[in-house]
Amino acid sequence: MFNKNNLKGWIYLLPALIFTGVFMVYPLFDVLVYSFEEGYNFASQTYNGIGLFNYSYVLHDPYFLQALKNTFILVIITVPFSTGIALLISLALNSLKKFKDLFQTIFFLPYVTNTLAVGLVFMILFKKTAYTDGLVNLLLNSMGISSIDFIEGPYWAKMFVLCFYTIWIVLPFKILILTSALASVNQDYYNVARVDGTSRWRIFYRITLPMISPSLFYLVITGFIGAFKAYSDVVALFGTDLNAAGMNTIVGYIYDMLYGNSGGYPSFASAAALILFVIVLTITVINLLVSKENVQYQ
Amino acid sequence: MKIVLEHLTKQFIARQGKGIVTAVDDFDFTIPDGKLIGLLGPSGCGKSTTLNLICGLEVPTKGKIYFDDLDVTELPPEARGVGMVFQNYALYPHLTVRQNIVFPLENLKGDKRLSREEMNEKVMEAARLVQIDELMDRKPNELSGGQQQRVAIARALVKTPGVLLLDEPLSNLDARLRLQTREQIRRIQKETGITTIFVTHDQEEAMSISDMIIVMKDGALQQMGEPQKVYNDPVNLFVAKFLGTPAINVFEGKIKDKGLYIGEDLIGERDCDDQDVYVGIRPEAFIPDKKGSFRCRFDRVETTGRDTSIVCHNEQCISDEDVRAIVDADAQLNNKDGIIRFSLKPHKTYAFSKKDEKAL
Repeated sequence: MFNKNNLKGWIYLLPALIFTGVFMVYPLFDVLVYSFEEGYNFASQTYNGIGLFNYSYVLHDPYFLQALKNTFILVIITVPFSTGIALLISLALNSLKKFKDLFQTIFFLPYVTNTLAVGLVFMILFKKTAYTDGLVNLLLNSMGISSIDFIEGPYWAKMFVLCFYTIWIVLPFKILILTSALASVNQDYYNVARVDGTSRWRIFYRITLPMISPSLFYLVITGFIGAFKAYSDVVALFGTDLNAAGMNTIVGYIYDMLYGNSGGYPSFASAAALILFVIVLTITVINLLVSKENVQYQ
Repeated sequence: MKIVLEHLTKQFIARQGKGIVTAVDDFDFTIPDGKLIGLLGPSGCGKSTTLNLICGLEVPTKGKIYFDDLDVTELPPEARGVGMVFQNYALYPHLTVRQNIVFPLENLKGDKRLSREEMNEKVMEAARLVQIDELMDRKPNELSGGQQQRVAIARALVKTPGVLLLDEPLSNLDARLRLQTREQIRRIQKETGITTIFVTHDQEEAMSISDMIIVMKDGALQQMGEPQKVYNDPVNLFVAKFLGTPAINVFEGKIKDKGLYIGEDLIGERDCDDQDVYVGIRPEAFIPDKKGSFRCRFDRVETTGRDTSIVCHNEQCISDEDVRAIVDADAQLNNKDGIIRFSLKPHKTYAFSKKDEKAL
């Protein structure tokens, strides 16, 4: 196994292996170990016992259940909507003859802006203060709808802002990927289809969609994973005390357990982290299985 | 279906800088019904544009196109009843051979819509015609180039089009497959009787299977007619140079007192005024002859398979290579002091005006 060529290969791999080992594999095992150690204490490096207590606690914690619910709603709404909207915009961009580059740039701009900055802008747009109801409410008022407190008001309003924001922030990347996927489809396929009298819908459904399916699939998978890991966006919109706002996410819960107001519970944080890991793994495996049937690699 | 082109012109705006590129310049001719037509010319001469105009993917700048008596100039491609095979075949990679071939049939709507059985029957009929009926459940990437090409032809034929258009059908195949496939195309065209136009830059390909060839250069029609007639009777220097392998030998020459000269050698007669001309001599026109009037400096003999060619030099020769003469394998060579003499077959010897390069 370790002949001369192989050895050379391993040496090349070494830096990458060391970094993955130290910063990925070792912490992963550490988290696994923590999650089974009851009441582990960083400072004294002690724990009370070994068992499933941490999992049981986390799964019965109303804050965690709230975070779980929030995260799932976020995933289920934003992934399909953002991918669908990105596809529509990309198709429109692709059919443009003039100003295509200009529009592509405009759509890509949000990608290079800072998440927290954009979050603050969204908060100003939606937030009700003593002086003003915010731009969105002014718009609603002008249409004869009374003001809604999107940031500190009812749950559905806060969820709406969060989903709206998330979709908006992930769009640029998806549009970028999809426009390049669309542009790389050989024009001859469309010419053949035209000569054969194929309807627009059928061209889209039978030719375009299968041709870009690898990119679409990539976006859905990374979209799911990204949405499950949502945290910084939520902080930008609703502040750091997410449990009080009822808008916590799983990653937020893990963070709070480690460092937040209720911080200092690495065992609970580890258990929650592993639950998140299992959820993401399951969803990704399901995605892969579904894609086997439907994604066309050339 | 006969195709009539009436002053057909297509101009593009040049991509870089200003100006207009005329890809097809005032085509005004009729393509007869049920023939196999080779549209021939060097790369970038407007052959593919012509094909796209006929199939409707491009809209002409000026002029009209008729299929029989029907004006199709304004019709979109799907309303013209044409089948098209693209250079890279453009088979849908995610569909099987069967799904690819049935695709055009599934587009039909209303009264034209066929039942599943009828579709199947048509698909199998087309598949049998191009001899791929045993590969129906394969994906395109599991087929060889030649097979992919036949699938593309089957897909173009399944709607029984009035016109079949093939864009560089053989250019993606290797040499052996090319010979085979061009016979296939010939056979398929004969069996179906569909007016077929194929584009090629390979003159041998066009000459070998076409009923008629159309030679183009820089968007302009040069000559059309039966391949052998065009070869034997080129209207200008370009056509003469473009057809034939090895290429025609071209010399500086002159006409004096109704005699055709290369240098000091009188090689033929021309009933024209005295002038400087280009002289074209086909390689097969040379006959080694002790008493021949045309002299060349002998270089070497090359034997490739059945052909024996004599390579020699002449100061007046202006074609890229040396003078190349194809002679009988058992011809007696008569080189003396490095000079070889030929007599020339008069019907394979051409004179072209220096002014416009037209045949005299």
